[in-house]
Amino acid sequence: MGEMKAADRVTLGLAFLRTMVRIREFEMHARIGYDRGEIPGVVHLSIGQEAVPAGVCANLRRDDYVASTHRGHGHCIAKGADVTAMMAELFGKTTGTCKGKGGSMHIADFSVGMLGANGVVGGGIGIAVGAAQAARLLHKDAISACFFGDGAVNRGPFLEGLNWAAVFNLPVLFICEDNTFSAFTRASDTTAGKGPTARAEAIGVRALSVDGNNVFAVYEAARELVEGIRAGHGPGFLHAPTYRLDGHTVFDKAPYRSNEEVEYHRGDDPVALLESRLHAWGVDGTQLDAIHIEAREEMVRAMEAARKAPSPSEADAFADVQLIGAPR
Amino acid sequence: MTGNVETARAEATTTCTIAEAAREALAEEMRRDPTVWALGEDLAAGGIFGAYKGLAQEFGSERIVSTPISESMIMNVGFGAALAGTRPVVEMRILDFALCAWDELINQIAKARYMFGGQGNVPVVIRMPQGIGRGHQAAQHSQSLEAWLVHTPGLVVLAPATAADEKGMLKSAIRCDDPVAMLEPKALFPTTGEVPAGEHLTPIGVARIAREGSDVTLVTWSTLLPTALVAAEKAHEAGISVEVIDLRSLWPWDREAVMRSVAKTKRAVVAHEAVAVGGFGAEIAASISEELGLRVTRVGAPRIPVAYAPILENTYRVSAERILAAIERSA
Ligand SMILES: Cc1ncc(C[n+]2csc(CCOP(=O)(O)OP(=O)(O)O)c2C)c(N)n1
Repeated sequence: MGEMKAADRVTLGLAFLRTMVRIREFEMHARIGYDRGEIPGVVHLSIGQEAVPAGVCANLRRDDYVASTHRGHGHCIAKGADVTAMMAELFGKTTGTCKGKGGSMHIADFSVGMLGANGVVGGGIGIAVGAAQAARLLHKDAISACFFGDGAVNRGPFLEGLNWAAVFNLPVLFICEDNTFSAFTRASDTTAGKGPTARAEAIGVRALSVDGNNVFAVYEAARELVEGIRAGHGPGFLHAPTYRLDGHTVFDKAPYRSNEEVEYHRGDDPVALLESRLHAWGVDGTQLDAIHIEAREEMVRAMEAARKAPSPSEADAFADVQLIGAPR
Repeated sequence: MTGNVETARAEATTTCTIAEAAREALAEEMRRDPTVWALGEDLAAGGIFGAYKGLAQEFGSERIVSTPISESMIMNVGFGAALAGTRPVVEMRILDFALCAWDELINQIAKARYMFGGQGNVPVVIRMPQGIGRGHQAAQHSQSLEAWLVHTPGLVVLAPATAADEKGMLKSAIRCDDPVAMLEPKALFPTTGEVPAGEHLTPIGVARIAREGSDVTLVTWSTLLPTALVAAEKAHEAGISVEVIDLRSLWPWDREAVMRSVAKTKRAVVAHEAVAVGGFGAEIAASISEELGLRVTRVGAPRIPVAYAPILENTYRVSAERILAAIERSA
């Protein structure tokens, strides 16, 4: 960042802020929708973690692939998925990304290379690796980025996927978005050894660890890794520690941690950190407010559209099961 | 659909083993379509049944990929690569090891079209040789689990029993835009049969009348077909004319062919190598009974794991004698 021109860093910072605030507003509106009973099902919010998708995806092209997790709204938005269709999906409407069949945990938008949130912890790793292998076979120069939580590093696909990508020298960026918790348990209570980065290095994958609340740091580290990946040097691994400010799901009141702890981490809120930085670089408050207002209005419109959109009919339950041998 | 249609456009046939037929099918499809590729353990060495012999030499290591022993990754890489525009053929070595990748098969692959609202195709073939093999390999190398797969919405399930169908079904599977669970008849891999040369596609969802008959319909598939044919011959000697239907496509299955035959014979037996309890035979039997009001006799393995000692392994096996007894019992 040292070399970056002042004007460039402001432009970049404002772009990050737009993405992060859109994610935050989407999440806050999803919570409102759930609380009002308009969103029928489970939603995992990523409030407090927005710097990770924003910083990583700023290094991706539209034709690159992303595989995500149950906590995937941020990854979708940062990769360019349409928030109106995303919100409609949460509402379970036919205009949703998945026509109301997937909900929050299966949001996907293949048109922007977003190969799906995933209901299975670690489930996206192989998908990202496979997409990278396909890209190579098809002589495309696209890469894959695979987000997963700190919990996924204790599942088999973590070992299998990193090893595979290293063995075949595949263009995959693995991102461990470490929000401190795996559901109701502290990741540190269930993870042995020196942590995700050491594990990745042990497999021979180039690994960096950065402050996941500092979007510039995430961006720079991801850029360094992505440059290596695009240059054909094989996979990279990014560990981005951050903090989940809300409960695990919208139902979770998080009794396993103290309010003091949460308040402490609010001091590291990535959106606030970025704003104070932009402020220090001379961006005035009205410009920042405008970003918030614009994002809020966008989400209000998305909710309004979702509310008005048609619900699926019972017959729709039988559509898109399979082409051959569809239900009778 | 009728019970006997083949879309064979080939004039010549050759005699080869089921493993060779599989190899030919894959090679032809890989020559035809550059997006077809295969991944699995030991493929560069030809695969454990020789079904990939020479393919790495012809197509190179980027299209015949010898992978780490990482079943869940093999399965999910196949999935991701199918979403990203290729047509992967996933080799699981044997069905039993696919259980290490069951999450990827059942939770990811089978449901992708549905849970993503039909956004894309998932053209992946998962090859899972099943059943008791030739080496007395006991409980973890001998299972037949088709019922589990047919039970799972989203999957096409194929179970060829002849060299011609191995070739024709593998080719059809590779061209299918749905995920296909290809249950290959492990024990029959070295057996030979006539195979149409060149373009030969077995239609999915169409049964084959393996032997015509008029007194009893015997529905079977996969590794049990040769045994069923022996039982039918013995029945013939005892004066009972048995029509043997090789179902070969388990989902979708050829209801029409089965019902047509049973409507003619009024007696039905369903036989498979898998455990009878909760087996796919139960679904066929229930369907026949619902549609035609007939009692159907089922034959399958007892609900025990496959054991090592030959006498114990044989206790699990469905023999021609047991099928014959069921034929005689059926009424
Ligand atoms: C294989 C699997 N096991 C358990 C669950 C239930 N589950 C859903 S989210 C979650 C916690 C995952 O923690 P982490 O990977 O750190 O992601 P985070 O929720 O913190 O974003 C668990 C255990 C699951 N979805 N998949």
